[in-house]
Amino acid sequence: MSLTPHHLQLNQQGQLRHFLTIEGLSRELLTELLDTADSFLEVGERAVKKVPLLRGKTVCNVFFENSTRTRTTFELAAKRLSADVLNLNISTSSTSKGETLYDTLQNLEAMAADMFVVRHGDSGAAHFIAERVCPDVAVINAGDGNHAHPTQAMLDMLTIRRHRGDFENLSVAIVGDILHSRVARSNMLALKTLGCPDIRVIAPRTLLPEGIDQYGVRVFNDLRVGLRDVDVVIMLRLQKERMQSGLLPSESEFYKLYGLTRETLALAKPDALVMHPGPINRGVEIESEVADGPQSVILKQVTYGIAVRMAVMSMAMTGQTTQRQLNQEAN
Amino acid sequence: MRLTIEGARVIDPASQFDEITDLHIAAGHILALGAAPEGFSPNQRIDARGLIACPGLVDLNVSLREPGYSRKGSIASETRAAAAGGVTTLCCPPDSRPVLDTPAVAELILDRSQAAGNARVLPIGALTKGLEGEQLSELVALRDAGCVAFTQGLRPMGSNRILRRALEYAATFGLTIIFTPQDADLAEGGMAHEGPTASRLGLVGIPESAETVALARDLLLIEQTGVRAHFSGLTSARAMDMLADAQARGLPVTADVAAYQLLLCDEDLTGFSSQLHVMPPLRSADDRRALRQAVQSGVVQAIASHHQPHEAEAKRVPFAASAPGISSVEILLPLTMTLVADGLLEMPAALSRVTTGPAAALGLSAGQLSLGGAADITLFDPAQACEIGRNWLSRGANCPFIGKGAPVAVTHTLYGGKLVYQTH
Repeated sequence: MSLTPHHLQLNQQGQLRHFLTIEGLSRELLTELLDTADSFLEVGERAVKKVPLLRGKTVCNVFFENSTRTRTTFELAAKRLSADVLNLNISTSSTSKGETLYDTLQNLEAMAADMFVVRHGDSGAAHFIAERVCPDVAVINAGDGNHAHPTQAMLDMLTIRRHRGDFENLSVAIVGDILHSRVARSNMLALKTLGCPDIRVIAPRTLLPEGIDQYGVRVFNDLRVGLRDVDVVIMLRLQKERMQSGLLPSESEFYKLYGLTRETLALAKPDALVMHPGPINRGVEIESEVADGPQSVILKQVTYGIAVRMAVMSMAMTGQTTQRQLNQEAN
Repeated sequence: MRLTIEGARVIDPASQFDEITDLHIAAGHILALGAAPEGFSPNQRIDARGLIACPGLVDLNVSLREPGYSRKGSIASETRAAAAGGVTTLCCPPDSRPVLDTPAVAELILDRSQAAGNARVLPIGALTKGLEGEQLSELVALRDAGCVAFTQGLRPMGSNRILRRALEYAATFGLTIIFTPQDADLAEGGMAHEGPTASRLGLVGIPESAETVALARDLLLIEQTGVRAHFSGLTSARAMDMLADAQARGLPVTADVAAYQLLLCDEDLTGFSSQLHVMPPLRSADDRRALRQAVQSGVVQAIASHHQPHEAEAKRVPFAASAPGISSVEILLPLTMTLVADGLLEMPAALSRVTTGPAAALGLSAGQLSLGGAADITLFDPAQACEIGRNWLSRGANCPFIGKGAPVAVTHTLYGGKLVYQTH
């Protein structure tokens, strides 16, 4: 049937050529990615913030869903790698005229792009593009439906590693709307792969996906029990529409039960990190004083996001180039 | 036209006949089994040594896409595909455009299928006007126009009150109602079985309860109204239990499952193949096991293709955006025969699930070999594995089995004594 993500994402030498999901990637590869991102962080601190790794290459940011932060950091990452960048917000243009995703991508491919960074509302969209539309163009998933947001997961991992050294003895809690969160799914996979021994998810049953056990996580319905002695708290954004579909009674009840406040944060380890993929809802899932407090690394995450995206882009481009050479030699 | 099929293993599940013998056909009917009648001289012979001859298959759910969806299929193209699958009698659901809710649409389908001459097409009428669940179709007029049963398919009824009255009205006239239970509200927005796989892939789940809640209601209303009922395309283990319970209580309900549900499960969705997007969804491996057991035990007496051809564009989109359905009428027999290959059923019992089983479920006079009856006969080679998709005939190539191996190959299909399909 279809290719498994593992085979689709890697070239014949096991190098990354697309970055679609954390699923199926090895600990070594994720570690290499973090190491590469670490080295790019230094680039960001220089006066001239550019390296020529993607010179002459064209990176196309194709966003079918609105996003400012993710698109901007991808754009910045590509520019720091010296690539030419094309930004396309398609959420309201071609698709509303009846053009299919397939046609849109074929048109872009015809413009000889070397890499697509794609965000799309349908789970599996990045997979679809990598498999059926543009197998020779590196595809980076910038978020597909509820499925995956692997670059966010890796910037979260980089944040944790830079502040805690490694994952071996950590307790990490992910709190909130796990059900609808591609960030949570990718984070659970990344933490597991990198050897984190205690991954906790904290949510009411209505916000937990069926079969959560498959991720090897511990489930808590009570924030005050789940947060006890954790090293890292990752809060998730809560969408307002969850209140209308019978998943939750109200924002204030959610905040009372699952909001991260100074009081609930005190249950975690004293120096526990507070993370959030953004944009944050102050007073819905997180108290302002906590978001802006000394334990918060929310803005660091944004900075690290640029380095992680540079790492992903450069590795995928290398993987595609190598594969093309292998194919030419085989012919 | 006089024809002799020589030396086939003739299996007729209805009469439990299973012998290597000859079949003699004249004027579209079965004239004799065994020795030729006095003075019979065929003008065609089929050397069928090594082949199995069985009644032409009866498929209770084949979307022909005509009228209204010619990009997906036509009566001519899809009945030709049916013939290649050994299917000589098929029921088409009412979700054409316009919906099959008037005698005119039924007549159009019957006229065009007769003109095509590939298979007997028996239309299933819409239970309500436009399948909108509010106003009853003219059920008796539709019956008189040739509809053999009535259904809402997956479309919901406006209310339980309207459903109850529709069943009472149908029961008044002895009409058969086909249910595909799926609570539209519980299934809202869903595209895959709610379970670990859908969770991992981020696909919105359809809980098992979407099927069982609707099934429970349907069973209670069937019992209350006494309507003749058939369940089509059930998917869950729990539904199999509920069905078996109802049958044990003496409720005369029958059921079919989709052939592909016996082979695929939700785990196959890893990789997001749009080809595996079906509705109701592929359920868990445990559900699949229960479905296979129910087919084995006879709680489910029919296997249907649930054939839904699509144009390539309908599947050339991400999973969630793709149109559900698999083009499968031409592989109904090979898919069913995998149950024999897997040791689940003996050949005659497996054949009964695609011949006399479905025919009896809707009270159709088809699916058996009877002297003087129509010569609807399928010949296949039980030892000839084949590759699915070579010489594919359906307009829809949306079939995840294309390129896979099949344990048997249909070699000849006779419909009313006429050879409507032959390999090579």
